[in-house]
Amino acid sequence: MARLFRWLLALAVLGGIAFWIMTWPTKVNSDDFATLTGDAARGEPVFHAAGCASCHTAPNSDATDRPILSGGQRFASDFGTFIAPNISPDATHGIGGWTVIEFANAVQKGVSPDGAHYFPAFPYVAYAKMEAQDVVDLKAFMETLPASDAPRVAHEVGFPFNIRRSLGGWKWLFADETWVMKNTPNAEVTRGRYLAEALAHCGECHTPRNPLGGLDRANWLAGGFIPGEGKVPAITPDQLEWSTQDIAYYLETGFTPEFDSAGGAMTHVVENFGRLSGEDRAAVAAYLKALAQP
Amino acid sequence: MKTKFFLATAAVAMMGAGLSFADGHVDPAVAGAIKARQGQMQLYAHNLGVLGAMAKGDMDYNAETAQAAADNLLAVSGLNAMTMWPQGSDNSLGNNRASPDIWTNFPDVVTKAGALSTAAGDMAAAAGKDLDGLRAAMGPLGGACGACHKAYRTK
Ligand code: HEC
Ligand code: HEC
Ligand code: HEC
Repeated sequence: MARLFRWLLALAVLGGIAFWIMTWPTKVNSDDFATLTGDAARGEPVFHAAGCASCHTAPNSDATDRPILSGGQRFASDFGTFIAPNISPDATHGIGGWTVIEFANAVQKGVSPDGAHYFPAFPYVAYAKMEAQDVVDLKAFMETLPASDAPRVAHEVGFPFNIRRSLGGWKWLFADETWVMKNTPNAEVTRGRYLAEALAHCGECHTPRNPLGGLDRANWLAGGFIPGEGKVPAITPDQLEWSTQDIAYYLETGFTPEFDSAGGAMTHVVENFGRLSGEDRAAVAAYLKALAQP
Repeated sequence: MKTKFFLATAAVAMMGAGLSFADGHVDPAVAGAIKARQGQMQLYAHNLGVLGAMAKGDMDYNAETAQAAADNLLAVSGLNAMTMWPQGSDNSLGNNRASPDIWTNFPDVVTKAGALSTAAGDMAAAAGKDLDGLRAAMGPLGGACGACHKAYRTK
């Protein structure tokens, strides 16, 4: 009996150590950023492509070139409701004063300056693939935006999902930071892959999820679901029969080939992509066309 | 926002019950209003199709055709649509996609409709001049349609 107990205790300790390691926050390599300086002008298209304003502006605000990132939008999920924080340059309520490394850890690793895990409603798993220079430029651009003193609002998330440490386990299981499209046929598709997979996080809405909220990468862009909003269409080449030009034009203006206009969460993406270059829109369209037929 | 939306949906669903006949069919006057506004939207889409085909290069630019489509768009956006949106004629009736928020934020809906008229006016001023002007006017039009659909059209 005592022996069995000792075994159980040993197992529990081992399990605890495994949990501790699995849930330990991983961080960016600070050497990657050491020699880089930010350029706000180059950061602007990164900001629009990554869609930071879509989530971090006040609820129902109209898109602008210089958004106020006061936070406050609510994101429903099966695990509770997340409220986007203020990420304006305000030193008290926003992220003014964060170092480049703190910013990179938040955006690319989902780790806060004091080492806590962020919830994956913040699409840092996609942003993990961003180039270090783009991260630094993005920060420089965001520092030029207006500050807001809107206070942070607590998430409405119950036990056990409110234990941030356990998110380390989620990340360990689901945070796959590799490209979904392993090989690209040409430079245009490579650029499109970077925009679609790393910056614009198309997969966060267009890919189905498993019951724990992890992306089902085997069914990449095969149609998803936004809680509280509804189904998101498939955009794989076998499902979306639009021409490359139709896709690029939709991303620019929101007009479908039938000249209906995009609705729902996709309007945010169109607002952002209308601010990018025609080459970038064409590159994303080329990427969608290049996805292997399932 | 989401909670408010659900409450509003629930409230309007109850109100909508009064609009429907006992056999579950929608009042013909309400059904007609819904068809009329959907028809107005289809007229937008049709005329934009002409302008868009030129913008994309699927159709050769023709100043006269472009001007006619742009004038139509402006005229349709200027219709007085008051009677096409009777109280409670929202998506809870099952035959349309209008969000109940339309009736709680009516001034904002009017502002968004006004923004479309402005964009259509800019298109009418540009479409007959040259293709570059037409192309440039498409983006703001798409923005005006999309801004209202984002807020007030459901899936
Ligand atoms: C899909 C919505 C969404 C998008 C897009 C998004 N975020 Fe966030 N972001 C969130 C949510 C939700 C949180 C809160 C996470 C938490 O508290 O666990 C957050 C948290 C953050 C934080 C941490 C703030 C703090 O005070 O701790 C930073 C920094 C941040 N986001 C920056 C960005 C940047 C930069 C971008 C664009 C590259 C971006 N976000 C895009 C939803 C989003
Ligand atoms: C925030 C969620 C979200 C993100 C991110 C997103 N989409 Fe969408 N997308 C949607 C929704 C919702 C729709 C349906 C729009 C509608 O009903 O009008 C849609 C529709 C589309 C359509 C039209 C499909 C059809 O059959 O009508 C295309 C094409 C598309 N998205 C491409 C993309 C691409 C490419 C990206 C990344 C660059 C992207 N989307 C990112 C939510 C999103
Ligand atoms: C002021 C708000 C508003 C504006 C502006 C607007 N729409 Fe709509 N649209 C709606 C609403 C609400 C619906 C859903 C109506 C319904 O189902 O009864 C809709 C539905 C539609 C439909 C589907 C109609 C059908 O047959 O079911 C199309 C197509 C459409 N809109 C195209 C457009 C285009 C193109 C523009 C821009 C030129 C535009 N809309 C501008 C609010 C708007």
